[in-house]
Amino acid sequence: MIALALREFHQFQAAGRQFLYLVPSAAVFELDAAAEAVVRLLREVARPEDAVVEALADTFPPPALKVAISELRDVRAIGYQHQPDPEGPKFLPMMPFPLSTMVLNVTNQCNLACTYCYEYGEDKIVDTEHGKQSKFMSEATARESVEFLLRESAQIAHMTFFGGETLLNFPVLKSTVAYARQRAAEVGKTVDFSLTTNATLLQPEIIDFLADNEIGVTISMDGPRELQNKFRVLHNGAGSYDIVAPKIKALLRRHRSRPIGARVTLTSETLDVTRIYRHLTEEFGFWEVGFAPVTTSPNQTYAISDGGFDRMLEQFRELAYEFQQHVADNRHHGFSNIKDTLEEIHKGVSKAYPCGAGLGLLGVSTDGDVAVCHRFAGSEAHQLGTVRDGIDRAAQQDFLEHHHINDKTDCHTCWARPICAGGCYHEAHVRYGTTRRPNLHYCEWIRGWTDTCLQVYGELSVRNPAFLARFDRDEAKAEAAL
Amino acid sequence: MTHLKAVNRKATRVIESVQGDVVGLQQPPVQPHIPLGCSLAFSPGWEADSTGGTAGLCQPVERDIFDCHLGCFWPAHVPDQLNHAPSCTAKCAAAQKDWRKLDLVFPG
Repeated sequence: MIALALREFHQFQAAGRQFLYLVPSAAVFELDAAAEAVVRLLREVARPEDAVVEALADTFPPPALKVAISELRDVRAIGYQHQPDPEGPKFLPMMPFPLSTMVLNVTNQCNLACTYCYEYGEDKIVDTEHGKQSKFMSEATARESVEFLLRESAQIAHMTFFGGETLLNFPVLKSTVAYARQRAAEVGKTVDFSLTTNATLLQPEIIDFLADNEIGVTISMDGPRELQNKFRVLHNGAGSYDIVAPKIKALLRRHRSRPIGARVTLTSETLDVTRIYRHLTEEFGFWEVGFAPVTTSPNQTYAISDGGFDRMLEQFRELAYEFQQHVADNRHHGFSNIKDTLEEIHKGVSKAYPCGAGLGLLGVSTDGDVAVCHRFAGSEAHQLGTVRDGIDRAAQQDFLEHHHINDKTDCHTCWARPICAGGCYHEAHVRYGTTRRPNLHYCEWIRGWTDTCLQVYGELSVRNPAFLARFDRDEAKAEAAL
Repeated sequence: MTHLKAVNRKATRVIESVQGDVVGLQQPPVQPHIPLGCSLAFSPGWEADSTGGTAGLCQPVERDIFDCHLGCFWPAHVPDQLNHAPSCTAKCAAAQKDWRKLDLVFPG
């Protein structure tokens, strides 16, 4: 007899029920008792169908077991041992792929000197001080970038202003928004704007401009005073908390046209997720708070090590369960990391690439060079054309060819790959010197976090399915807008 | 599905894809890609190929155009492309899509 064996999946429990997250399809199924018993039995050892039915015949009627086995086979949760599933084909995206987000580095200069910054610290890729790139983007380059975006985008285009400190080049930002609005109207497209800032330069007239123009704002901030002041310092080493706090409060009071989020960089020395979250939501009133571990080579003292990742996971979990409770009660919770992952789980995203970089998202340097993403803006090795000459399709093709999940052998045995796909290119570049390698230093953390998100997803699928259905509606709305 | 419940959207799609309404070639194990069934003989169960589509069958007309006269013993009615109508398929780059563009050929 031909033995049945388990295929690739991750099993998890939520709301007292059993679920499977199938890999690589990224489908989530809830199992009934019979199906769960079959999976449990096959986990011990592969065995033929008859043996499975016989072993479980005391608990479940054989016809029901046979149906359960056939259903599990249909969805490829189990299969014949001698007949493994073929490896997924390597499909490259259809070209030309529409550009959905352009990140415009309007300056590579900054009025802060955050010690962990990837743009200025020891791990920097581009020399922004003595390099060939201009320190500020000119109005002409910004306009060429707008034309580039409108040429390459579908109906809706997102434009994100970035730096350096974005607001150091506010005049160009301001005129570019007006220009992009006008040009988008002429070609019948819509442009949506957002920016990231350290908040030091938020003046009332700038805040008015951002609010009136419905520009999405993300504030880079690390939390309470002593955490913020640890790394986010001025050039003279003084902390920035007292400078930014009143300005952020003014922004949150005035800017009501878009939800405003905070983006926190976590380091080994500021690893206090729940406290930071409380401070930023309760003290300031941020609508959402997102966390990201600092990108750095492992030899920096502030790099998060294995133990640090465990601690971070513990705290992320605490917030995730809090999020779950809020959502189950139909209340808002601003922990944005989990919301993004829940959406991906809900849609069943199975990624060939970790993010949209080099595909739907491109970074533009101050001189108008197009790069894989904003973190590589200005780097010749990661250039994918210029805003004047357009996307270098051959370079883009080459990039996509060499960063596909099929080429990341280490990932092929990992159940979290549909969501992770190897992780951030920039992180890999800083750690391993190449964007092509998966980020093996945080695999355990990714699996732990994905497992948590799956549990929350399973729980919400039982307790508040309407919340998850909202992801479908959001997408339908976006499609209708097209 | 009675023992598995689709929870996310992808799971619903997986179920849709495995619950084909036509048996025939869709039965596992998956068959190699061979054209089977023919428009001249009606044989129920062969309306779809192993992938659930029709491209692998002789059944659709676009399949007859090339497969029957090149790969099959059946003398399909296609123009003589060697002598009489060498360019009758010139506008038909992909038969599945472009078969309507085939030129009409009249006996000369």
